[in-house]
Amino acid sequence: MADAYIFDAVRTPRGKGKKDGALHEITALSLASQVLEQLRDRNGLDTSAVDDVVLGCVSPVGEQGADIARTAVLTADYAESTAGVQVNRFCASGLEACNMAAAKVMTGEAGMAIGGGVESMSRVPMGSDGGAWPTDPSSAFKTYFAPQGIGADLIATLYGFSRDDVDAYAVESQKRAARAWAENRFARSVFGVKDQMGAVILNHDEHMRPDATMQSLASLNPSFAMPGEMAFDAVVQQRYPQVERMTHVHHAGNSSGIVDGAAGVLFGTREMGEALGLKPRARVKGMASIGSEPSIMLTGPSLVTEKLLKKLGMSVADIDLYELNEAFASVVLRMMQALDIPHEKMNVNGGAIAMGHPLGATGAMILGTALDELERSDKETALVTLCVGAGMGTATVIERV
Amino acid sequence: MENFKIEVDADGVALVTFDVPGRTMNTLTAKVVQEFPQLIEQIRTNPAIKGAVLTSGKPTGFCAGADLGEMGSGALTSGADTRSEDDKLKAQFEGAFLLNKTFRAMETCGKPIACALNGLALGGGLEIALATHYRVVADNPKIQLGLPEAKVGLLPGAGGTQRLPRLIGMQAAAGLILEGKPSSPAEALKLGFVDAVVPADQVVAAARAWLLEKGDPVARWDRKDFRIPGGGPSTPGGAQVFIMGNAMLRKQSFGNYPAQLNIMKCFYEGLQVPIDAALRIESRYFVKTLATPQAKAMIRSLFLSMQELGKGAARPEGFAPYRITKVAVLGAGMMGAGIAYVQALAGIETVLIDQSQEAADKGKAYSANLLAKQVSRGKMDQAKADAILALITPTTDYAHVKGADLVVEAVFETREIKADVTKKAEAQLADTAVFGSNTSTLPITGLADVSARPANFIGIHFFSPVDKMGLVEIIMGEKTSQETLAKAIDYVLKIRKTPIVVNDSRGFYTSRCFGTFIQEGLEMLAEGIAPAMIDNVGRATGMPRGPLEMNDDVALDLAYKVREQTKKDLGDRYVAGPVDAMISKMVVELGRFGRKNGKGFYDYPADGPKRLWSGLSEIVPVTQADATPALIEEIRTRLLYRQAVEAARCFEEKVVTDPRDADVGSILGWGFAPWTGGPVSLIDSVGAATFVETCDRLAQTYGPRFAPPQLLRDMAASGETFYGRFSKASRAA
Repeated sequence: MADAYIFDAVRTPRGKGKKDGALHEITALSLASQVLEQLRDRNGLDTSAVDDVVLGCVSPVGEQGADIARTAVLTADYAESTAGVQVNRFCASGLEACNMAAAKVMTGEAGMAIGGGVESMSRVPMGSDGGAWPTDPSSAFKTYFAPQGIGADLIATLYGFSRDDVDAYAVESQKRAARAWAENRFARSVFGVKDQMGAVILNHDEHMRPDATMQSLASLNPSFAMPGEMAFDAVVQQRYPQVERMTHVHHAGNSSGIVDGAAGVLFGTREMGEALGLKPRARVKGMASIGSEPSIMLTGPSLVTEKLLKKLGMSVADIDLYELNEAFASVVLRMMQALDIPHEKMNVNGGAIAMGHPLGATGAMILGTALDELERSDKETALVTLCVGAGMGTATVIERV
Repeated sequence: MENFKIEVDADGVALVTFDVPGRTMNTLTAKVVQEFPQLIEQIRTNPAIKGAVLTSGKPTGFCAGADLGEMGSGALTSGADTRSEDDKLKAQFEGAFLLNKTFRAMETCGKPIACALNGLALGGGLEIALATHYRVVADNPKIQLGLPEAKVGLLPGAGGTQRLPRLIGMQAAAGLILEGKPSSPAEALKLGFVDAVVPADQVVAAARAWLLEKGDPVARWDRKDFRIPGGGPSTPGGAQVFIMGNAMLRKQSFGNYPAQLNIMKCFYEGLQVPIDAALRIESRYFVKTLATPQAKAMIRSLFLSMQELGKGAARPEGFAPYRITKVAVLGAGMMGAGIAYVQALAGIETVLIDQSQEAADKGKAYSANLLAKQVSRGKMDQAKADAILALITPTTDYAHVKGADLVVEAVFETREIKADVTKKAEAQLADTAVFGSNTSTLPITGLADVSARPANFIGIHFFSPVDKMGLVEIIMGEKTSQETLAKAIDYVLKIRKTPIVVNDSRGFYTSRCFGTFIQEGLEMLAEGIAPAMIDNVGRATGMPRGPLEMNDDVALDLAYKVREQTKKDLGDRYVAGPVDAMISKMVVELGRFGRKNGKGFYDYPADGPKRLWSGLSEIVPVTQADATPALIEEIRTRLLYRQAVEAARCFEEKVVTDPRDADVGSILGWGFAPWTGGPVSLIDSVGAATFVETCDRLAQTYGPRFAPPQLLRDMAASGETFYGRFSKASRAA
């Protein structure tokens, strides 16, 4: 099988996912199109060489519906022959899209393919796509369904993370993101999103709170105490009866932010890169997905990491950098605890707690972040992973070439 | 048609009177189900009929729904059947769909049909009404309108899960159907599933007036512009109803009740499609639900057996009804006071005796308090409360016992005191009077030794709190006569409790089996299973509380004392286990007596809910903290099977002789998981062979307390069930 190489990665800045967010005025289609345009224009890409565009999207309805990937290919003026497909693996959609694009390259289906994702959470709110899992009694009942925040609080309860632990992690995420922006560490990937006229409407991550402190976070009330009290604590305790009482520690300040954004990663064979005059930046070393217990939902990252590292014959220590989406602070704390990963290797430039989590796009964004950081810090290998709804994990290992 | 009478008046209104011959209450008997389509066909085809008013010829009400007796026997018998599974299912569907088809035909017959409800309409009875075009009900707050199927493990299978939410919205309908809670006419009107409430003598006139004035023959869900009130499952609001509803249902049911889950599925799937498809979906879930062991067991134990025992099924024949007008209660403590209260409520003249007048007065004050509460809540008027209270005479004087038809002794659990009061009371009693002892631990035969008339001596074991607990365990001593048993049962029925009859043994039936639940929890704790897991899974089995919290309630020092006594009694035969050391340390060294001193396995802070005592893990280190599905299942199995195997031993030792006593007694007496139908139904559902196999494995792993008795091995070999083997057994002798 061929190797899949990464030639480039771009992302939009993340706009606050509310009506007053800068990107609220920009359609999801425009975000996706601008990503494709950037990849083409930065690389002088002959788009007829791009066989397929795979875009993740978690609420693929309304303006994000009906295969936004093919729609964006058309509006971005790619070659008519470039196909497009939208995929959904909940929060790992963007990374799954990259893995599928890479797989297409590896199997020879594509010489060049783009993986990425888009989510305008301000325009198409989370949950707009409905779905059977929490509502259909057949699935909800069987799987002890509870909202993600309950799963995050359950992780904190089971593995002993206090409110101080999760808040301290959040403060550090903000600090790291602020430092990364101050040192222009995202400069290679982030481009300014243009408005209807073509003027830049946003060129920085809008959600950050670099001044967050333990004191300021301490004033926030836990978000999931009330739904937990109503029913969901009791539901997850039926699956985890060792829990006498749930501790609710997560709130808006130590959970991922709701934002708008899009990202794309250009994959191809070495030969196609050479033919197009592109220099590979990294090689995809391996990819994996896993299913995990759906009620706690968010423990997939360490499990999929173990699966992937085993497949690659690598150890935890062989990875120089880890990027784990900061869905909730406890998710990251748990993976570091489970695999004994030092914080110095984990999310070195902050993550979604500071910068936000544009659901379908995040996986592709943090793959680009890891690539940039490998180059900046002159390291070799990075593992990128996300926790996923309904109990899953997806991961990718890349190495510089 | 024998069940329906049709009279057509000059205006073309057919008055259909529903009146099942030979019964006090209309139910949907096989014959009714058979005649209903003929009725609809007549209304539809007779040109003289413009519309129909459906009403009942019974003063008791409109219709109480399906005949659970017929349905129960159908559900429980299965002969040889060579059809394919698919054919069997389709045949079952056709049977289940018959009522839906019939009522839908009524709804779409093209002529308006109004239902005049003169009284209760429950289950299938209400479903008839919901399938008519207009419902008017008599203005009487005692009338019950509801779909109670879920209470016996079934779902409303004649359109109830589809028409009710289409009338009043999913959320309101789910509340009513999942809990099986009936509504009064006023509540039903407010919710919107009846259209008018009028004085009782005007229901037919009001229905007739609607027919002649409006008379719309189209159900609202058959109109193009129909929307489910509040939105269906695919609306954002509807999705929220299900997300929360599913979670609430799991919280409350622990997944033990397939009927409730299937009701939710009927809602979710049925409310997204037109009514005809929805009714098919409902019938499929009805078939599926009826086939569950839970439905079979719940119909039998919670409905049929409960009803039979409540009518005195255990009463030996050949004895005249025993008139009970005066009863003496010895001991005015908590139990005695409660017994006096329920007696007075039943109109029995009650003498309440204690050692001091003060204690006796205090016992009567208990009734005064309960009655005052009823009066303040508007449930009873003052005059009636006064009359009831006046029936209780608190005294220290045994002369008042004279003339009592029965005595209930409820003094301290020591033989000496019991012997003393027995002699004092018997001195006053007529030869025909019954002496009942409310002991929960001391064997009756031994207590009867001091009696001058042991044939009249019997155990009448009440449960606490007496006014709330519906069970009375009657214990036959060796010499107790059948006549005494008949009299004791007459007494229990008179005070509106459900009697079960058992034979003499340590702990009788209920205390003995219940004790094993707590003991098994303690064994698990001693093994190192996380205490939260023991109690959480304990509750998830369907028991009202976990074993550890239950032990805290019962009191640890009491458990300790019982253990010490048992040790003494058994001497060398007592096998001490790790639980002994644990309890002894808790009680003797640490003074942790349970809830009563705020220190047990739990701490009981004044300002919040109880928390597991943080020091517990130092006494018994936790070695099993991860709840794998396998471990959860194992805990669940141990807690339920330990009780069930003890119940089986009670059969082998002839402590219980009727499966109905064992099952109903377990549910009413100690809250044994109702979804099982009781421990005996549990074994029958699992099958004796499988149960024995599991118990053998458990005995191997955890100890001989799980070893199945020979009776079970015999049943496993012969393929018998308890209900098969013991249903015709003669009563306790």
